[in-house]
Amino acid sequence: MTTPSRYWREIPQRYRLEANKCKNCKTIFFPPRLVCAECKKRDLVAIKLAEQGEIITYTIIRVPPRQFVDQAPYAVGIVKLDDGVNLMGQIVDCEFEDLKIGIRVKIEFRKIFDEGESGILCYGYKFVPE
Amino acid sequence: MREVAIIGVGMTKWGELWEKSLRDIYVETALLALEDAGIDKVDSMYVGSMSSGLFVGQEHIASLLADYLGQANIPSSRIESACASGGLALRLGYLEVASGVSDVVLVGGIEKMTDVSGHEATYALGTAADQEYEGYHGMTFPGLYALIARAHMEKYGTTREQLAMVAVKNHHNGSKNPLAQFPFQITVDSVLNSVMVADPLRILDCSPITDGAAAVVLYPAEMVKKKDKPMVKITGSGHATDTIALSSRKDITWLEAVYKAAKQAYKEANKGPKDIDIIEVHDCFTIAEICVLEALGIVEKGKGGDAVEEGMTSLKGKIPVNASGGLKAKGHPVGATGVAQVVEIVKQLQGNAGERQVKKARVGLAQNMGGSGGSSVVHIFERE
Repeated sequence: MTTPSRYWREIPQRYRLEANKCKNCKTIFFPPRLVCAECKKRDLVAIKLAEQGEIITYTIIRVPPRQFVDQAPYAVGIVKLDDGVNLMGQIVDCEFEDLKIGIRVKIEFRKIFDEGESGILCYGYKFVPE
Repeated sequence: MREVAIIGVGMTKWGELWEKSLRDIYVETALLALEDAGIDKVDSMYVGSMSSGLFVGQEHIASLLADYLGQANIPSSRIESACASGGLALRLGYLEVASGVSDVVLVGGIEKMTDVSGHEATYALGTAADQEYEGYHGMTFPGLYALIARAHMEKYGTTREQLAMVAVKNHHNGSKNPLAQFPFQITVDSVLNSVMVADPLRILDCSPITDGAAAVVLYPAEMVKKKDKPMVKITGSGHATDTIALSSRKDITWLEAVYKAAKQAYKEANKGPKDIDIIEVHDCFTIAEICVLEALGIVEKGKGGDAVEEGMTSLKGKIPVNASGGLKAKGHPVGATGVAQVVEIVKQLQGNAGERQVKKARVGLAQNMGGSGGSSVVHIFERE
């Protein structure tokens, strides 16, 4: 259930791919964190994620959650971005048969789902094969 | 630390129990465990339940269930760690008895999942994943395990047929368990031709939605006087966590929480993978059993699929896995699963497992898992 405030809070990550990076050990976190999971230091700076990467695994969802019923079947995968961060998202604008581990994708800004007639429209990132 | 024995176990028939309420299912089951232990008064209770709030709209069930069990006023706690809630309840009960804080501790697990629609159940289970960065993109639980399955197949050559063989084996075992939700056999062909849920996983790769409960009674081993049945002790207990977002893991195919929990339990029990005679693992999806066997050190990394294909994990194999039918055939009322695994191990070690009895089982292991591996609990049990 996405309420407007809950949705609004995540906009920097979902719209602008805002991540952060530990100044000490250089680990990148998405979404941004307050403390580095690797070296426990608290000095992290905001950065933007890479916009390209490759699929490391994927599936095709045929039994979807309620908000995604009109979209099924759809592909969702984990992409290793060129900065080393793994990101989960839908893979669109391609035939399912063409999906393979290792293919290159880029990030595009798309509608993710809507919350029904009186609800909000939810946007974010999706992957498109290059 | 005191040694802890399991002096009573209880489990009732699992399935779609429309005619029974959450409290009735729990009390019926807990009474069986108390009867088996020969007691009617407990010092303290733990109840594993993932999401009674979303499934039946009732929170605060630890007090409710203590009251309806006739144990009002005792300390009673509900434990939540997604699908590992039951296993974690056992660990906390174990620590409470081992530490000397309480003598008689009742550990139960319950989930009543069929009062809601399939969509609502999918939503409730989905809350065990990262809602903002997995659920938001339309990911589901079968989907998460499908991601693991595809990565495992790519990296290690695990085959689609090997995944199916896990379900076939567990249904074979479950057909000998009268309390199982689906006590019938299936074939590799029926798995491979069942409805696709999240490629490459099909409906017969998935554990079902279930109503059910399980309960055990813990007691200090040194205080056990009745010797009418072989004593089973908990000799090792381990618990660990991992990122709940699958994408945050360094290796999608590796269950670090299972590995760490097992390491802790092996160390405490002074046992290793080679010493284990029988195992119950968290086969919420077929791929999970394969990955768990690797993380437990029962087989090498990448060899989980071969283990089932070669028959190593079948009822008459070297190390039978999920003699009860596993989550796949027995059912998966999420909060109850971790406790039901213990009920099976105790029955097996005491020689009370009927048609599915494994011969000469003395050391057992139970592994319970939350989410896509964001938490895991491992226990080791020994018969005196």
